[in-house]
Amino acid sequence: MLKKIFLSLAFVLASAGAFAQDAAAPLNDARIAHIAYTAGQIDISAANLALEKSEDAQVLAFAELMARDHAAVNEEALALLNRLDVAPQENDTSAALSSQAREREEQLAALAGREFDIAYVENEVTFHKTVNDALQNLLIPNAQNADLKALLETGLSLFREHQLHAEHLLHEMN
Amino acid sequence: MSRFSRRAFLATVASGALARPSFSNAAGRYLVIDIDKMKFGVSHIELKAGDTVRWRNKDLVRHTATARDGSFDIDLPRGEEGSIYLVTPGKMEVYCRFHPGMIMTLSIVE
Repeated sequence: MLKKIFLSLAFVLASAGAFAQDAAAPLNDARIAHIAYTAGQIDISAANLALEKSEDAQVLAFAELMARDHAAVNEEALALLNRLDVAPQENDTSAALSSQAREREEQLAALAGREFDIAYVENEVTFHKTVNDALQNLLIPNAQNADLKALLETGLSLFREHQLHAEHLLHEMN
Repeated sequence: MSRFSRRAFLATVASGALARPSFSNAAGRYLVIDIDKMKFGVSHIELKAGDTVRWRNKDLVRHTATARDGSFDIDLPRGEEGSIYLVTPGKMEVYCRFHPGMIMTLSIVE
């Protein structure tokens, strides 16, 4: 149990760190889009792992929803960037997010059964909370294009629902 | 208790247009409620038995219009629409099964 708490806490702190502003490469729409898209892909990847490993009907339904919703938002993001003729720009924040997510996924992959289910849903709570905080306080305020800002705001409403859903599921599992 | 119906609409509530729509006095009125940006276009609406409500999903993701009392459950993939013909008077909460924070209420009078 202590190990699980430590892993969750470490992930939250590491993710929050990933969203720190880099003075040398300030946020612009291309970088913001890359960060948001990367966060979506990370959650799709975690959902696919859950779909592969879990046997819990509620966890499977939640993972299916995460994969579907995040794919829809990312598809819309790519369509918007295409319309705007903006190429998503890789940056330290998205690279740090990807690296931390890979590490976290390896930890999850080593678990099984109920231990995996709880760790996955806990991870979903902390990941959505971190991403939602970043959207609200960093990405949306810095987005310049109105359509991108609107898409991020819709994403935030959706991901807040995901966070509540994950919190509710975790409460039921405990 | 309820059944699906397809009729021409008389009034439309667009996304974000939270003002009450105007209806004609004709029987069997029709109301369209758009779903967009993770919200139903109205949070509460009063209707009469015999009216029809049509939900249109204009959002990015799949939703449902599901009656809390279990009387209907309309699956709404992106870009899809679905209707319900209101028969029984009463107050009914409608929510999205996938995103339960999305809630609206229908008040149906005789």
